[in-house]
Amino acid sequence: MLSIKDLRAEVDGKTILKGLSLEINAGEVHAIMGPNGSGKSTLGHVLSGRPGYEITGGSVEFMGKDIFEMETEERAHLGLFLAFQYPVEIPGVSNMEFLKAAVDAVRESRDEEAFDTVGFMRKAREACTAVDLDQAFLKRGVNEGFSGGEKKRNELMQMILLEPKLCILDETDSGLDIDALQVVANGVNTMRAEDRAFLLVTHYQRLLDYIEPDFVHVLADGRIVKSGDKTLALELEEKGYGWLEDEVA
Amino acid sequence: MTDLLSPQLKAETEVPDWLQARRLAGRAAWDNGSLPTRKTEDWKYTSLFPLQQDFTAAPVSADSAAELGLNLPDLSGSRLVFVNGHWREDLSTLVADAAIEVVRFSEANTEQSALIGEHLGTAVPGAKHLFAMLNDAALTDGVFLRVRANSKAQHPVQLVWHNSHSESTFISNQRLLVLAESHSEASLVEHFSGSDNAFTNGVTELMLGPGAQLNHSRLHLESPQALHIGGLHARLDRDATLESFHLALGGKLKRIDIVINHEGAGAHCQLDGIYLLRGNEHVDYHTCIEHAVPHCTTDETFRGIIGDKARAVFNGRIHIHPDAQKTRAELSNKNLLTSASAEVNTKPELEIYADDVQCAHGATVAQLDDAMLHYLRTRGIPEDEALVLLSYGFINALVETQALDSLRDYLKPLLADYFGTTAEAEAAVEQGADLTRHIGA
Repeated sequence: MLSIKDLRAEVDGKTILKGLSLEINAGEVHAIMGPNGSGKSTLGHVLSGRPGYEITGGSVEFMGKDIFEMETEERAHLGLFLAFQYPVEIPGVSNMEFLKAAVDAVRESRDEEAFDTVGFMRKAREACTAVDLDQAFLKRGVNEGFSGGEKKRNELMQMILLEPKLCILDETDSGLDIDALQVVANGVNTMRAEDRAFLLVTHYQRLLDYIEPDFVHVLADGRIVKSGDKTLALELEEKGYGWLEDEVA
Repeated sequence: MTDLLSPQLKAETEVPDWLQARRLAGRAAWDNGSLPTRKTEDWKYTSLFPLQQDFTAAPVSADSAAELGLNLPDLSGSRLVFVNGHWREDLSTLVADAAIEVVRFSEANTEQSALIGEHLGTAVPGAKHLFAMLNDAALTDGVFLRVRANSKAQHPVQLVWHNSHSESTFISNQRLLVLAESHSEASLVEHFSGSDNAFTNGVTELMLGPGAQLNHSRLHLESPQALHIGGLHARLDRDATLESFHLALGGKLKRIDIVINHEGAGAHCQLDGIYLLRGNEHVDYHTCIEHAVPHCTTDETFRGIIGDKARAVFNGRIHIHPDAQKTRAELSNKNLLTSASAEVNTKPELEIYADDVQCAHGATVAQLDDAMLHYLRTRGIPEDEALVLLSYGFINALVETQALDSLRDYLKPLLADYFGTTAEAEAAVEQGADLTRHIGA
């Protein structure tokens, strides 16, 4: 599904990703862990096509296509979804307008029929309930004045409605209390499917208590320095990241 | 300088006797005044060059509403329609309402003409507003709206000034006087639309008595090359509340002066405005709030989106006189530039002579936020549609807070259409994209 080979990227002339390789197949859940500044968030930004990041080497294929040949929205149409670490507030655009526009665009690209207004309202309300968000949030501006936890739930709601193939969660667990963390984990676990993959980018092991990953990777200094199963996360939690850096060096 | 008065005087129209004195005084002031130049501080960024041409008197038009292309909100109440400044009874509707009297100056009865005579022009300090003097000098008719004391109007009153297409460029004169008596309540919508070949010179005066509540909207939906110099002058007595909403779509030269005078303690004014410019349009809003007495409040918010090579001017003055203690006044002006050649000159001006007041002001000029655009695109929303959503979103809050449901319902699709027809959007629209379908979803 996603094939990253020797990816190198820089921002403002500073090299952040230094030869990152990663294979993700349908149905798998991968977790990427790493210390601050290791390039975790950059990976999500680069895959989503955020302006300001320069790709200096390597390749990324998503669903068999060169991701860098596609516009950001085309990647979304193919099924790429990034849950932002810091979702953007957009006052003046209602959550409902935004969600309908997004779902219509994605369904259209797949030649699926658009939901009518009433049908979509029902879907949106169900998604609200699934992430434990009051329906009043549908009428508010996108993320406008939402608390940190509400923003993360809103990201998850979009993920549920857009039914992506690959869900990248960029530190979605950061700053969440345990209740909210469980909501996020339930959302992900409910959506796990044979034709869908997840990439959980996280700083903490605790998310993996609720979402069991198939693979855990450690990102340090722009590369994946160690991969393993879920026990690797526990090891990291116990020992910190220091020993890995020593080991790699 | 071109002659702006004689073409209007040549037009044969009957004028009520009681208006003659005002006409003559206006003429004297106009003849003695000199037009502002770019060296005049209040006109620094707005050139009167587009007025350098020959104007004719406003022609009488008998075109039907369809031929005129009238597109008006349905507000259920009385609607007075003027085409090229001339009254069109056939296009107007008068709905009986015990709370209001609405009449043309030329049709005013003795009591009404006495009231008009008493109030007309009292809100306009002539020397500073020369074009209001031109309006006086050319005055042949106008509209007088009276809201009776202690009563509430059933429906909004709508006043439409539309200009039809004409071979030659003409001047049309517009005048409105509103007398909202003590503790009355009413809504009023002023609507300007029509031709590229017209110069509208308008003056609206709002007199709010003690405790009066007036909801006022002034929509400038004229053609992209239309000319308009207009003024809104309001006087607020004790505890009066004025909500005034302004919208301007383009124009080759559009200059609107809004002057609100807080004259009685406890008065409140909420002033909101939106200006949207593209092409080579020029819109200039000059607002001035005079706080002469204590305990008055002002909330003023203007937002503009300027594209292509258009130029906007916003000057927001709040003047707090020495006696105006306990004033609370806030002014915000935010601008969005959607092209590298677009320009805005914004200046908030706070002049404070009282020491116990709360005042704040702010002005910003920015481009569309890349992070917002990227966020929408990561959700699959095509760039063209994302731009439309974000532009609309920038001004949406001011539309949403309008008190009249019927007006909001009218404005939303109209504004959505506006954003769906930018040059950038055109290519996408040609390929069948509907960039505005999700607005208001």
